[in-house]
Amino acid sequence: MQLEIRERAVGDVVILEMFGKITIGEGSVQLRDAVGKLLDSGQNKIVLNLGGVGYVDSSGIGELVSRYTTTKNAGGRLKLLNLPKKIKDLLMITKLLTVFEIYEDEQAALDSFQ
Amino acid sequence: MMLAENVVELTIASQLEYIDLVTTLTDNITSMIGFDEESAYWINMAVRESVANAVEHGNKYDQQKSVDIRYTIGVDALRVTVRDYGEGFDPATLPDPLDPNNLLNPAGRGILYMRTFMDSVEYDRHPEGGMIVSMSKRRAPKQPSHDVSEGEHKRDAVGN
Repeated sequence: MQLEIRERAVGDVVILEMFGKITIGEGSVQLRDAVGKLLDSGQNKIVLNLGGVGYVDSSGIGELVSRYTTTKNAGGRLKLLNLPKKIKDLLMITKLLTVFEIYEDEQAALDSFQ
Repeated sequence: MMLAENVVELTIASQLEYIDLVTTLTDNITSMIGFDEESAYWINMAVRESVANAVEHGNKYDQQKSVDIRYTIGVDALRVTVRDYGEGFDPATLPDPLDPNNLLNPAGRGILYMRTFMDSVEYDRHPEGGMIVSMSKRRAPKQPSHDVSEGEHKRDAVGN
């Protein structure tokens, strides 16, 4: 499995802790399915903790953008936590750093939903 | 006699599962010829993006069509070509992923990443069909007469 996703709820916010790779094929599909499952069950306050993700390709970046848009369209918010430097570089190159809400601290990410 | 260039070639079927095989070979080559970890990471990504494009957009997952990857290890640079057997396209017609109207598009960033991480990236239609992407990355100018690892350099420097 390319990507391991651990789900944790803190109040009405769901944190998805991700480990592995988000790349074309399996990894991107796993991310799509995990967020889709949450939205289907009415949970639309989502934090993606990417601290354990060592590799993301353009497909993975595209999937992050898609899940951001899908969550927003469902009336919710999707935020990013603990971005590794290389993922931050990829977002910066494609001018996406200002699109996402990005946090270094879990509590700050949680508080931002209040 | 030492050759000026060494060539490594790999042909894969149009399946995403084979991309990791290509990136493993890429890592082995960049490590062998002394690219630093950071450069190797981004070269890996550029090759991955190119091969993924060839499988998905070039050959459209057609199992009858292969993707050919060729690494040319030169004294001054690593050159990588990736060829597909699809219908071809004009990269100039692709939407600009940095256009504010396109920022939230789910796709279209791969070529930008390739151009960012490599020194040169060129797209050409192959005379016998398909597209061929040619990328290069300069090697650090510290090579002596043969390739040795960083650790060997250090040991030599202290006389061990």
